[in-house]
Amino acid sequence: MKTKVAIIGAGISGASIARVLSKYENLEVHLIEKAPDVGWGVSKANTALIHGGYDDDPDKYPTRAKLCIRGNRLWHRWVKELQIAHVWNGALIVATQEEDFDTLEKLLERGRRNGVPEMRIVDRDELFHLEPGLTRDAIGALWVPIVGQIAPIPAVIALVENAVANGVKTHLETEVRGIKVENGEVKGVETNNGFIEADIVINAAGLYADEIARMAGIDYFEIHPRRGEYWIFDDDVPGPRRVLFPTPTPVSKGIVVTTEISGHLMIGPNAQDLPPEEKDNLATTKEGLEQVWEGAKKLWPNLPPRSKVIRTFAGLRPEPTGGDFIIKAEEEVWGFINVAGIRSPGLTSAPAIAYEVRDIIQRDLGINLVEKEKWNPYRKEITHFFMLPPEKANELIKKNPAYGKIVCRCNNVSEGDILEAIERMKFIGVKTPSVDSVKFRTKATTGTCQGSFCRPRIVQLLAREYGVEPWKITLKGRGSEIGIGDVKALLRGDEA
Amino acid sequence: MEPMPQIPMLSYDVVVIGGGPAGMAAAAKAKELGLNVLLLDENDYLGGILPQCIHPGFGIHYFKEELTGPEFASRLAKHLVELGVEYKTSARVLEIKNYSDLEKVVIFTSPTGVYQVWAKAVIYAAGARERHAFEIGIVGDRVSGIYTAGEAQTLMDIYGVLPGKEVVIVGSGDVGLIMARRFALEGAKVKAVIELMPYPGGLARNVMILRDFNIPLYLSHKVVEVRGKGRVQGVKVVKVDENLNEIPGSEFWIEADTLVISAGLVPSVKKLRKIGVEIDPATGGPVVNDRLETSVPGIFVAGNALLINDLVDYVAEQGELAAESAREFIEKGGIESRKWVKVEKGQNVRLIAPHYLSGDRDVYLYLRVSRPMEDVEIRIPEVGKRLRLPVVKPAEMRRLKLKAEEIQKAGEKLTVEVVKA
Repeated sequence: MKTKVAIIGAGISGASIARVLSKYENLEVHLIEKAPDVGWGVSKANTALIHGGYDDDPDKYPTRAKLCIRGNRLWHRWVKELQIAHVWNGALIVATQEEDFDTLEKLLERGRRNGVPEMRIVDRDELFHLEPGLTRDAIGALWVPIVGQIAPIPAVIALVENAVANGVKTHLETEVRGIKVENGEVKGVETNNGFIEADIVINAAGLYADEIARMAGIDYFEIHPRRGEYWIFDDDVPGPRRVLFPTPTPVSKGIVVTTEISGHLMIGPNAQDLPPEEKDNLATTKEGLEQVWEGAKKLWPNLPPRSKVIRTFAGLRPEPTGGDFIIKAEEEVWGFINVAGIRSPGLTSAPAIAYEVRDIIQRDLGINLVEKEKWNPYRKEITHFFMLPPEKANELIKKNPAYGKIVCRCNNVSEGDILEAIERMKFIGVKTPSVDSVKFRTKATTGTCQGSFCRPRIVQLLAREYGVEPWKITLKGRGSEIGIGDVKALLRGDEA
Repeated sequence: MEPMPQIPMLSYDVVVIGGGPAGMAAAAKAKELGLNVLLLDENDYLGGILPQCIHPGFGIHYFKEELTGPEFASRLAKHLVELGVEYKTSARVLEIKNYSDLEKVVIFTSPTGVYQVWAKAVIYAAGARERHAFEIGIVGDRVSGIYTAGEAQTLMDIYGVLPGKEVVIVGSGDVGLIMARRFALEGAKVKAVIELMPYPGGLARNVMILRDFNIPLYLSHKVVEVRGKGRVQGVKVVKVDENLNEIPGSEFWIEADTLVISAGLVPSVKKLRKIGVEIDPATGGPVVNDRLETSVPGIFVAGNALLINDLVDYVAEQGELAAESAREFIEKGGIESRKWVKVEKGQNVRLIAPHYLSGDRDVYLYLRVSRPMEDVEIRIPEVGKRLRLPVVKPAEMRRLKLKAEEIQKAGEKLTVEVVKA
C-alpha cells in the first residue's frame, strides 16, 4: 500500500518537496496547482538570489537561519543535477558609513553561527577591485562568496519535470476548495476538478497557505502579502559582477543591484505591506518604482537612462505571523503538514525545506520511507539556440530545421526551442496554452522589444501544437486571451 | 583572418541585411551595378513590415503611383527575382564581424544551417523596433490586451486575429492613427487616441482619420496606468503641462479592453554598436557620411536603421544609395574624400542625417524639427541656402537636396536651422 501525498502549490517549495518525495517507493505523490503552469505564484517574481545564510537571526528565526544555509549548499548540487542556469558570483553588503561596520560585524558573527563559510569584511581597496562600478561613497563591505543566482521559474519547471519523470502526478488548474478531515485525520482535498484522496496533505500554498490551513481547521497564523517592485534594463547596459546589497536596516535587506542570470541589470525590491485581501495585486506603482530607483542609485550611481528600461514588475512575498517559516506536522490534524510563510529566503531554502518535510513524514508521522531502486536525479535542460556553438547548432538543424529558424530575435530563441518548450508543457500537464509558459522556458519575449516581434509567431506555434484557434491562446491563462476572435468577428457579430 | 572551419562558408561582394524596402532596393541596385550580392531576411517572406501595411499611401515618389504596402513590397520583390538576386528568408543574422576594410563576416542561421558569409561590404537595413509600454513608464497590472501598434497590425493583417473591441491608442503618430482606422474598420470602438505632445504626431492625411471615424484625440495627455484582471479593463490618463509634467488632479479613467502603444520607433542597431559603429543619440541610428557609410569602413546603412523615415520612398532611395556606395567602396578599396564637412544642428532641428558630407556629390539631407512652426525657412548660413516652407512639423521628415557645388562653399561645417521666414 502506498501512502498518498497531496502537495498543494507548485511553487519552489511544493516542487522541491515533490522532487524529494518522488524518491520513495511507498509514496504516491500528487502536486496540485491552481494556476495553468508551475511557478506562477510567489516563485515567479523575486530577486532570484541564492542567499548566503548570514542574514537570519538564529534566535529570532531559527528555521530560516537553519534552512537558508542548508538550502544554499543543496542548490550547489541541485543546479547541476537539474541543469538549472545559475551563477555563483558572491555578494557584497556595502558599508557607506562608519556605523555600518557595526552591522556588518554582527552579520559576520551571525553568519558564523549559522555555518556560512568564507565570509569576511573587505576594505575599500579590495572592494573596488571586486566591484569597480560601485558608488564612491562605499568604504568597505562584507564579502559572501557563496551567494549565487538562479532563474526561479525555470528552477520550478526543472524540479517538476524531474518529479514527473519520477512518477509524480500533476493537477494543474486545480483549485483546492476544502480539506477533508475525519476523526482528526486528513483524508484528501476537495477541488474544482473533484476529490483527491490523500493520507498526507502538504500545504505549500504560498500566499494562500493561511486559507488552506483554515480549511483543515488550523488558524494560528496569517499570511499577508508584501510587495516588492523591480526594474530590469536592456542587456547592453553594464551591471555589477557581484550581488550588491546596502547595509541592512532592522526592517529590510535593502534594494539590491545585480546583473541577473540572463545578463540584465536588475534593481529592487522595495517593500510594501498590502492588506491580506490583495494577494493577487502584482501591480507596479510609480511611487514604488521611484523608491527603488532612488535606493539603487545609492549603490550604483550609473543607472542607465529610462529609455534603457525593458521591464518593470512586482512580486509578492508571503509574510507570516511571527516572521519565521512555519514547517511542521500539525498535531490536531494527523497528516496535515504546513509549509507556510515561506518568505525570503524561501527560494534559497527550498531544497532544505523539502528534506525537512521528508524528515517530518518519517519522524512525526512515523512513515517508514523506502527508496526507489531506480530514481533519476537528472533532468536535461531545454535546448537554447543562443547557447549552442555553431557546429552543434548545425547538427541539430540537420535533424530538425526548426532549430535554425529564429523566432525571438532579441534573445535568439529558435522555433525548435519553442516546440520543445511546448512538448515539455504538455509533459507536465499544462492544458491552457499561454505565451508566458513559453517565455519562462525559452526566454522568448524577454528581450529589448519585449515580444512585439515574436509574440504573434509564438501564438501561431501554440495554436498549431495545441490545435486551437490563435485568438484563444492566452498570455497567462484563461481570461488573458490574445484576441477576441478572427479579424471579422465583430463585423459578423459573433465575437468569441 | 582564418575562416571558422566548423561553419559552411559563403562568399559575396556584399551582404544586405534586411529584406524590407531599404534592403530590397539595395540588393537590386547592387546586382544592377554588377556586384555579387546576398540578401538575408529573418521573416518567412520578403518585404519587411510592408506586407502588413495593407493601407495605401506608398510609392508616390518611387513608383509614381499610389500603392498599398503589400503592392509596394511585391513590386520590389518581383524586380529582385527578375534580376536574379540571391536571397534567403528565415535567415537571422547572429553576428557581424569586421576583420578589415574589405573583410567582413556575417554569421547567420537559417532552417538549412548556420553559415558564415565573407563579404567586402555590408549594407545594414534591419529596420527599427517599436517602443513598448515599459519604456514609456506605464505602470499597473500585468495583463493581456497591451500591444504595440505593429504587433496589433501583425495579428490582424498577417494572422487574421482581432485583438480586442474597445481600444485606447497611445501616440498619434502615423502608425497609431492607421491602427485607429484599422480597428474602427473591423468594428472595434476606438475610444481615444492619447498624445503626449500638444500637437498630433502623424502626417496631416493620417490625422484626418480621427475626424473620419469620430475618434477623440487628447493632446498633452498621457496614459500612466493600466488596470485589469487577466485582460485590460481600463487605463488612467493624465494631462501634462508644457514641460510634459503631469498635472495633479487631472486624472481620469477610460474603460477599454485593449491598449495599443504607438510611441515611436527605435533603429535596431545593437549589432552595429557591438562592432564599434558610432551612434547618433538624436537619430538613434549610426553616424554616416554622404555615402551612408558608418564609422566602420565598408558598413553601410539604409532605411529605418539609419533614421526613422516617414515615407517608404525615402527608404528605398537610401537603399539604392547604399548599394552605389558599396560598389564605390569595393572598387576603390575605400571611400575617399577631399574633406568632410560636418553637418550641425541649428535652431529647431531635432535630428539630421547624413552627418558628414564630402562635397564631391549631391546629397539629400533628411531632417526633423523639434517643434511645429509656420512660415519658416530652412537655412544653411555657411552656404547661403534658404528654403521657404509654409509649415514644418516634427511628424514630417523634411528632405533637402544639396548640390556638390553648394557643399563645397562650406568650410569645415555647415549648420542647418529652421527659423521664422
